[in-house]
Amino acid sequence: MKAFAEKKVLLSNVGAIDPERIEDYLDRGGYEGLRAALKRSPAEVVGEIKESRLRGRGGAGFPTGLKWELVLKSRAKTRYVVCNADEGEPGTFKDRVLMEGDPHRLIEGMTICGYAVGAKRGFIYVRGEYALSIRRLERAISQARQRGLLGRKILGSDFSFDLEVRAGAGAYVCGEETALLESLEGKRGWPRIRPPFPVDYGFRGKPTVVNNVETLANVPEIMCRGAAWYRTLGTGDSPGTKLYPLSGALNRPRLVEAEMGVPLRTLIYDFGGGLPGGRELKGVLVGGAAGAFLAPEELDVPMDFKSLWEIGAGLGSGAVLVFDETACVIDVLWSVLSFFAHEACGQCTPCRVGTVILLSLLEKVQNGSGDPAVLEKMLKVTHLMKVASLCPLGQSVRLPVETALEKFRREFESHLKEGPCPQCKATTEVHA
Amino acid sequence: MGKLVKLRIDGREVEVPEGTTILAAAAAAGIEIPHLCHHPELSPAGICRLCLVEVDGRLLTACYHRAAEGMEVHTDTDRLRRLRRLNLELILSDHPLDCLVCERNGTCELQRYAYEFGLEGNRFRGPDYDRQELPAREDNPFIRYEPEKCILCGRCVRACEEVQGRGVLDFASRGFSTRISTGLDRALTEVNCELCGQCLAVCPTGALTERARRFRGREWELRRVDTVCPFCGCGCRITLHIKDDRIVRVSGGYRGFRLCVKGRFGLSFVHREDRLRTPLVREGSGFREASWEEALDLVAERLLTIKGRYGPDAIAGLSSAKCTNEENYLFQKLMRAAIGTNNVDHCARLCHAPTVAGLVAAFGSGAMTNSIDEIVDADCILVTGSNTTEAHPVIAQEILRAVRRGATLIVVDPRLIELAEHARFHLRQRPGTDVAWINGFCHVILKEGLWDRDFVRERCENFEEFAEVVERYTPENVEGITGIPADALVEAARAFGKAERGMIFYSMGLTQHTTGTDNVLAIANLAMLTGNVGRRSTGVNPLRGQNNVQGACDLAALPNVLPGYQKLADPEVRGKFERAWGVKVPERPGLTVVEMFQAALEGKVRAMVIMGENPMVSDPDISHVAEALERLEFLVVIDIFPNETTRFADVILPAASFAEKDGTFTNTERRVRRVRRAVPPPGVAKPDWEIICELATRLGYPMSYSGPAEIMDEIASLAPIYGGISYGRLESGGLQWPCTDPDHPGTPFLHEGRFVRGKGRFHPVEYRDPAELPDPEYPLTLTTGRVRWHFHSRTMTGRVAGLQELVPEAYVEVNPRDAARLGIGDGDRVRVSSRRGSITVTAVVTARVPEGTVFIPFHFGEAAANALTNPTLDPRSKIPEFKVCAVRIEPVGK
Ligand SMILES: Cc1cc2nc3c(=O)[nH]c(=O)nc-3n(C[C@H](O)[C@H](O)[C@H](O)COP(=O)(O)O)c2cc1C
Ligand code: SF4
Ligand code: SF4
Ligand code: SF4
Ligand code: SF4
Ligand code: FES
Repeated sequence: MKAFAEKKVLLSNVGAIDPERIEDYLDRGGYEGLRAALKRSPAEVVGEIKESRLRGRGGAGFPTGLKWELVLKSRAKTRYVVCNADEGEPGTFKDRVLMEGDPHRLIEGMTICGYAVGAKRGFIYVRGEYALSIRRLERAISQARQRGLLGRKILGSDFSFDLEVRAGAGAYVCGEETALLESLEGKRGWPRIRPPFPVDYGFRGKPTVVNNVETLANVPEIMCRGAAWYRTLGTGDSPGTKLYPLSGALNRPRLVEAEMGVPLRTLIYDFGGGLPGGRELKGVLVGGAAGAFLAPEELDVPMDFKSLWEIGAGLGSGAVLVFDETACVIDVLWSVLSFFAHEACGQCTPCRVGTVILLSLLEKVQNGSGDPAVLEKMLKVTHLMKVASLCPLGQSVRLPVETALEKFRREFESHLKEGPCPQCKATTEVHA
Repeated sequence: MGKLVKLRIDGREVEVPEGTTILAAAAAAGIEIPHLCHHPELSPAGICRLCLVEVDGRLLTACYHRAAEGMEVHTDTDRLRRLRRLNLELILSDHPLDCLVCERNGTCELQRYAYEFGLEGNRFRGPDYDRQELPAREDNPFIRYEPEKCILCGRCVRACEEVQGRGVLDFASRGFSTRISTGLDRALTEVNCELCGQCLAVCPTGALTERARRFRGREWELRRVDTVCPFCGCGCRITLHIKDDRIVRVSGGYRGFRLCVKGRFGLSFVHREDRLRTPLVREGSGFREASWEEALDLVAERLLTIKGRYGPDAIAGLSSAKCTNEENYLFQKLMRAAIGTNNVDHCARLCHAPTVAGLVAAFGSGAMTNSIDEIVDADCILVTGSNTTEAHPVIAQEILRAVRRGATLIVVDPRLIELAEHARFHLRQRPGTDVAWINGFCHVILKEGLWDRDFVRERCENFEEFAEVVERYTPENVEGITGIPADALVEAARAFGKAERGMIFYSMGLTQHTTGTDNVLAIANLAMLTGNVGRRSTGVNPLRGQNNVQGACDLAALPNVLPGYQKLADPEVRGKFERAWGVKVPERPGLTVVEMFQAALEGKVRAMVIMGENPMVSDPDISHVAEALERLEFLVVIDIFPNETTRFADVILPAASFAEKDGTFTNTERRVRRVRRAVPPPGVAKPDWEIICELATRLGYPMSYSGPAEIMDEIASLAPIYGGISYGRLESGGLQWPCTDPDHPGTPFLHEGRFVRGKGRFHPVEYRDPAELPDPEYPLTLTTGRVRWHFHSRTMTGRVAGLQELVPEAYVEVNPRDAARLGIGDGDRVRVSSRRGSITVTAVVTARVPEGTVFIPFHFGEAAANALTNPTLDPRSKIPEFKVCAVRIEPVGK
């Protein structure tokens, strides 16, 4: 079995350069990817990205090259590039580290994207709380403009492109790409019904690439070193490295970069330093709030898109939240569901009402109502939410609920029978 | 129509135009897909998620996703039923199950689905997560909002935005706390709300209901009567819902749900205590009750005496644009046949006589050329002299709808009226300078070669003379006269000139001038020049103010024509009427409204019969009217309420309101619709037509009809434009005249292929100054108009509690710069004076009026703007110059 070490590709500059000086970035080979791209045709650039098999890092893992190709081939003339930097997933802070520590990498990636798909304008939609990210990006953009790396006729070519930073509206759902676009258009950040997808009907109805920060940060590297090199990293299906935000019951909770496919166990016990005080691991929530609960038996799963899909989970944002024997699973699920209930935009019935109903049912579990139908009801509601909710926020609530129920069924049943366990905090706190 | 797509829905083959939603396609196949947030007249939202259907195993949102070629749609599988059931359970999980006492019990769409899906015993109901208690709100006169019954379908939000163009309502907060709000939860009366109730009409549940209907009757106890709104010329079809002979609520309207505040909430006047319920006869300075016998005998005797002594022309009659076609017909017959004079007129004189004069001269017919339904397909709309949003709300909604679909809107109006906010061009002319800018439009269109040469050559005459005159109206000259910047004029004219389907709308802002007829002629020139006559979605469209002003004109409540605009001067026409009526028809044209009062002052008119009119408020120069009424030897007034005019009467006869009689109204688009008796009149009040019959009989000219249907048959036999209209045909909907025989389908737009007069005639018209220009003594220009809350002289709306409190008194709008110069603050009491009188009102300081111009609404008797206005007449149509006169304003010492 392959031995995994941390591998810094995306983070190679972070901490090593002064993010407010474009010179530092240039000194380390910055904007070479853009130069390389401008020497080739847009279709070739798209082809290179396709060949790299880069998958989107915003959660869904959609093939980036394919997304770009759809926009490149669209009939509409006006097209846009939008970077999703809303990073609202609890326990996720990877995009912030990139934007704060190496803003030019993102700008370069977006500019290449703009060239590849024929866009003239791009937007970076940054989570409102990320003041430092916004400042650094704005500074970096103005430096890039001064150097002719943004604006009219970039690097003497016929390609013109410019970027704007927009502060987000402060809601998790605005990270969902269609809600983000609505918000960018100055409307209420409500997700749109799909189809149509942003590649056909995006910002102001025009074909739009929406990509995550981390996705775009991969692009300059691929342009410089080529798709073949890129595919030597990670797995066949999910090449490259991945940023994994580690949090929860760990000795060293932090952001690590490693090749795709690194086993969860390595992340926890090697990179995360294991659990404090030698405590026993009870479970892991992988992929963010809308992720899956994994049991201790599943720690050998490779952390890439395909391997996680195969066990009914998902990579999501790559976030890893570890909890130990002192935590109550119902508490953990409670906080996940509270998060969704709070963040649901409220437009569609299944999610707006479903989230609160799930909470109330969970409360019945925790209080020992004794009614075995409660668990069945929870699954009914999550099923409705999965198939009938308007957007992926509501649709994805099913994953944490179903995996928690499946893997910790006994714990649910014992609460139902006996009421709160000694570790229970949530309902007592919330309902105090 | 675009391409068709073929698909199968539940095994049925359906073919629909491309772009049709799956939900609509299913409906076309007779399959109803459950839905709550969808409304056929609103844009899709896709948020209730009830309408999901299966297509190739995938779930699609039927109200949002479009039917596509070859689709195989399943709308009612077991899986879908389970999902819908569960979804409904969620909706109902926090719903107050108040159906027992809910006004929507029986018509609630949520209740209906709950029943259809057999939702007994909700599995998800629980006290634990009840929504925070939200009290019902009644912070406006008409609409009750119960947030707990709201299912957040958003129909109200979309109706307010898309239909009414207000955008007052929106979603607020998020997640489970989401609710509908006006923003900061202010009362509807504190935001930009028109209280039109469109939101209420589309609400699927009991969340939005009419305040007035509470506990007045459940839907199945209500009797429904289809009739026509009695307020403006839009003439909306409405349904009255009645219990115990009282109107509980109103539904219906344009496209099934669109009404304005007056139509939806303004009908309670019908049941007011102070309705006239018995004949009244003057006694000393007051009145006493009398029997019909006594009152009618008295009227007949006095009229006969006066006729005997001074001749029939000493008697004059004012008919009414609020009464039915049948009543107007009978009224003029009373005057012409029973009394023997052509002295009959009505208030249209005060509105649209120039329209009739001008459009008859240019086109051969004085009516609105096109239809309301066509507005939405126009690609350029020119609105001038019409505050459409307030005076013709439903037409304004259609204009907005056209704008939303991409039409260019041009508003020419001195005031910043609401439509101007949606206009691509808003040109603010000096009041009274309309001929100049219209000629300027023609000038630009000619100069830039944007005119329709073929149309002008083949269908019009007198073009050269016209072209010669407009030659002089260069944009620069026009700017000098009107104050409209030359470049703005050019751009707007270009936009109109380039339009494929240009529609012109105007109203009294154009006609109530000494140059009223010239204004109309100029507009007609513009329409002909651009070939915008005789096709769908084009035309010259005068908006008639009152509900039946069109009908009153059609049926010849006018001194110079016989029913159906047949020429009085034509002996053959007179002969036809003489044979039908059995008496001689007087040949000499009669007096117009303003002339009648002049004649009364001069002692030439001695008696008047006034039916449903209130000249004491609506006529120009009312001190003059008062004196004239005072002078009369005898005045009989037929009305539904005592008002400023009845005070002068010798006999007052109580009439039935629109809700208490049968008949027809003709709306502004020439559409004849049935008015139906819904409740009995108060006391011994009677329909006007019965009163007229009894009076005529007593005057020695027996009139007797079995009912309005028979009167309509007589009209049809005499007036060719109504020739094919009968009550039988009207049962199934309205008919637009001309409708010449029983098989004629009616005419949505006039002058197709040929103008009524043959060729359209250009009339060269030159700009003339208004009769009264501002001068050092009276430095401001006064213009008058309506506000949407009220109707005409407020005989009706002043008696509707909610409406009256919204705009309880008259006011004057003053531009902030004028106000600053004159030392007037917002809310100050000010005296407004003209050469004819003065009134004291409250000042509203606003940039809605341009500098140098002030505006007063004309609905208020206590402070009648018409005490100030100028009765100088348009020489051709004899309309008084309501819209422009010179005034001064001064603060009133505190
Ligand atoms: C509720 C919700 C929140 C999301 N938040 C984010 C986010 O903060 N950042 C992000 O990049 N993608 C987020 N996404 C995913 C985006 O919708 C979208 O898939 C992504 O931006 C596409 O970029 P990628 O192809 O580069 O992954 C979110 C999705 C959902 C449903
Ligand atoms: S699923 Fe939730 S977040 Fe998405 S649209 Fe519906 S209510 Fe909003
Ligand atoms: S809104 Fe409908 S379901 Fe709700 S109480 Fe009223 S009738 Fe019943
Ligand atoms: S009454 Fe009319 S204007 Fe007011 S909120 Fe409802 S729809 Fe909007
Ligand atoms: S008030 Fe009525 S129309 Fe508006 S969202 Fe609620 S239920 Fe729908
Ligand atoms: S009717 Fe289609 S989602 Fe509500």
